[in-house]
Amino acid sequence: MLRRFIRNLTATDVFLWIIRIAIIGAIVYGSVATLVSGKYSGENWLDFTVFGLAQGSLYALIALGYTLVYGILLMINFAHGEVFMSGAFTAYHVALAFGNSGFMDRNPLVALLICLVVSMGVSAGVAILLERIAYRPLRNAPRLVPLITAIGASFLLQYTFRGLYGSGVRAYPDVKALEGTWTIFGIEILKTQTIVILASFVLLAGLYLFVQRTKTGKAMRAVAQDKDISALMGIDVDRVVVITFALGGLLAGAAGLLYALIFKQVHFYMGFVPGIKAFTAAVLGGIGNPLGAAIGGLFLGIFESVGPSLFLDGLGIAAPYQLKDVIGYSMLVLVLIFLPSGILGERLYEKKA
Amino acid sequence: METTMNKQTHLDWMAAVRLGLLGGVVALLVSLVGMVQTFGAKDVIGGVLSQGHTLLLLVGVGIGYLVSRRLSGQRHEVILAATLAGFIAGVMLTILALVAVPINLRSVLVNASPKLVEILTFGRGQVVGSILWLVLSTFAGGLGGAYSYLPARISRPLLTGIAWTIILGVFQDVLKGVIPQYIGRLFFASSGLSVAGAIIIFAVVTSLSVLWSQKGEGVRQRFAALPPQRRQVLRSGTVGAGLLLMLLVPLVAGTYLTEVVDNVGIYILMGLGLNIVVGFAGLLDLGYVAFFAIGAYTMGIFTSTGGLGIAHMSFWTALPIAVGAAVLGGVVLGVPVLKMRGDYLAIVTMAFGEIIRVLALSDALAPIIGGAQGVLNIPKASILGWRLAGPEELYYLIVAGVLLAIFVSTRLHDSRIGRAWIAIREDEDVAEAMGVALVKHKLLAFASGAAFSGLSGAIFATKLGSVFPHSFNLLVSINVLCLIIVGGMASIPGVIVGALILMGLPELLRTFGEYRYLLYGAMLVVMMLVRPEGFIPATRRRRELHAENNLAEEV
Repeated sequence: MLRRFIRNLTATDVFLWIIRIAIIGAIVYGSVATLVSGKYSGENWLDFTVFGLAQGSLYALIALGYTLVYGILLMINFAHGEVFMSGAFTAYHVALAFGNSGFMDRNPLVALLICLVVSMGVSAGVAILLERIAYRPLRNAPRLVPLITAIGASFLLQYTFRGLYGSGVRAYPDVKALEGTWTIFGIEILKTQTIVILASFVLLAGLYLFVQRTKTGKAMRAVAQDKDISALMGIDVDRVVVITFALGGLLAGAAGLLYALIFKQVHFYMGFVPGIKAFTAAVLGGIGNPLGAAIGGLFLGIFESVGPSLFLDGLGIAAPYQLKDVIGYSMLVLVLIFLPSGILGERLYEKKA
Repeated sequence: METTMNKQTHLDWMAAVRLGLLGGVVALLVSLVGMVQTFGAKDVIGGVLSQGHTLLLLVGVGIGYLVSRRLSGQRHEVILAATLAGFIAGVMLTILALVAVPINLRSVLVNASPKLVEILTFGRGQVVGSILWLVLSTFAGGLGGAYSYLPARISRPLLTGIAWTIILGVFQDVLKGVIPQYIGRLFFASSGLSVAGAIIIFAVVTSLSVLWSQKGEGVRQRFAALPPQRRQVLRSGTVGAGLLLMLLVPLVAGTYLTEVVDNVGIYILMGLGLNIVVGFAGLLDLGYVAFFAIGAYTMGIFTSTGGLGIAHMSFWTALPIAVGAAVLGGVVLGVPVLKMRGDYLAIVTMAFGEIIRVLALSDALAPIIGGAQGVLNIPKASILGWRLAGPEELYYLIVAGVLLAIFVSTRLHDSRIGRAWIAIREDEDVAEAMGVALVKHKLLAFASGAAFSGLSGAIFATKLGSVFPHSFNLLVSINVLCLIIVGGMASIPGVIVGALILMGLPELLRTFGEYRYLLYGAMLVVMMLVRPEGFIPATRRRRELHAENNLAEEV
């Protein structure tokens, strides 16, 4: 058994095994060293985890946009991060107006709901336009063509919004009602983080119900299985694709406003990094699988927020928090190399080309 | 009979309205993004037509043309529809011009400024200006619609003439610096072309174009009728003359232009490398900047005379090390992604590029490569005591590098390895079944692409004299990818043309520079929709991308 294993081992396999062992070794060693040193208290770890959960739920919301589209069209909508940005950036202007007029302080719930609607609406609109103008004509093109188009569309959107709204970093107005903390089960959690986590879970549950219980959801699942047969069964494929993009846009828009609540700022470039991270999350959970995207997002968020302190600090690396993005990207690379079908398995009915 | 007549003459007016609205949206975006305003500061024809107005009129003409191509009907109806589309686009812009004054849009849309309104109304007040604009836009739409009904022997020269007039007007700053003053004074006003200059240029270019359309076919036939040896001689003669001209560039162009050409050259080098990976082997690599960074940092660390330098080598001794390091990087990053395909590969390589950048920027590696402060004091290269310090001298180094890269990639393309790459690009599974060693050839592609990029990075390091992490962001990878795609994937002349267009033009046209990435994005999308094979396509790729058309023609 072992002999056969060794006989089949090629040079690349050896190389990959070395990487695998080295990474696991580094993670274990780093974690043990950090925990032994006792640099962080239990409360610190809890904070990291809650923050990771909040960030992860944002990733999950954005990741769903990638996963839904990938499930149906087998394309990476590289511009999805910009869809997220467009909503957040537009809602900023509404929030600013509410903040200046005092409406935000008098009726925070109504004001935030209006901002949410604006953000979701703009993002969904941008996503639909994107599909209609850039992607639909390319539905049967060679595989790299839509990806390159998506990269182009991503730049076009970024710099269009930069031109429209300016290139500076804008500070979101403070929401007084959301300052401070709530104590839940004896744990103090920032109000914004609680809201973000709760809202994300509500939205995720809503999407799940939509896809599983409604007729349109059924049509979406059918198209994901086989476009041609669905068309024969009387499903309007174009309509389903538009709805898919719109759903992805709605969730991304919601994520945009929630992101602004936590990070308190928006700028034209804000979509890029969360976009990549969310894609990582989608792949991590198994792309094409909505539940996987949600789990992958949460996992990535926690990993990223706990990781720098847990593994890198112990390895004696200076300023580990700077390397937070490296952890996220490395995770993407490692998942694609070692676990290409993700945690829950890729739910793709057609074989990838 | 009557029904068929009806069918023939029926024109989809709603479609014309929709296209008009689309044109209006484009015109609004172009204005609100700030392009009209920035371009409005310069004239194409001095005192008559600013670049901003040209842009807006081109949108109108374009939408009219689109109407005439998309809709079918009788000629006068189509032209009327195009005019209507132009009118609608004009109305939308007029509304902006009218609304932007009483409502302060500027707190949200930073570019909806009084200056923009002034440009949109030609500085003649809102009522007169708006009417003028409406008339012009309507006219532009009609013109665009009428264009496609002109016979080709008229429309081609006309288009060429107008295009050249606009191009020369836009390039005024560059041209004024190069041509002698007494000619310049005739053609150029203080901003843009002079009216006389514009007329002369238009007339000359148009008549030349007419001449070529009559005689060009004859010349081409005579060339084709020549015996092969003579043709070969003529061709190599042209290439030789071109090379000679290229060597003269720094003497003619002046320091600034040479500097621009140097930058273009560095991108051509990178483009030729990425062309091997993406164009030949079909492996979409978005982290290509990593190898550029490895080359530059290796060069920096081995030659720097500053604190971070470890060997104080000369440029020439460090060059092979830098290239070698990049090749090593290519193989090491290549092995894990061997089994990945298409878009997964793209995302992973992008992640690699970002990891390298974040690492270069981090404090963790700062003791070795300087973190945000970078590596400083990198000496210039020298040959036999001739120090390659200024852009003029570096130009020759870069040209040598580019020529080497062109030679190597042509030879590779035509070799057995090149054919293996193409086989992998077309279909990995079939290639493997035919006995192509996937691992070896994929790694070879990554390694040779990385080698060019490393070379380019090394030259970049010595050119700048310092290396900073911010020179290696994702945009560099995207730039290189764009220039390959715009030029034509897998086509070597395409890389050069792509680099000249995408890297050279924005440098020369400072006003465009600000909208570089916006235009790149638009260009990538439009290119993929309209002409996915690029400006100078490789033959095989053109056939592949237009397979359906070919089939349709054959059927």
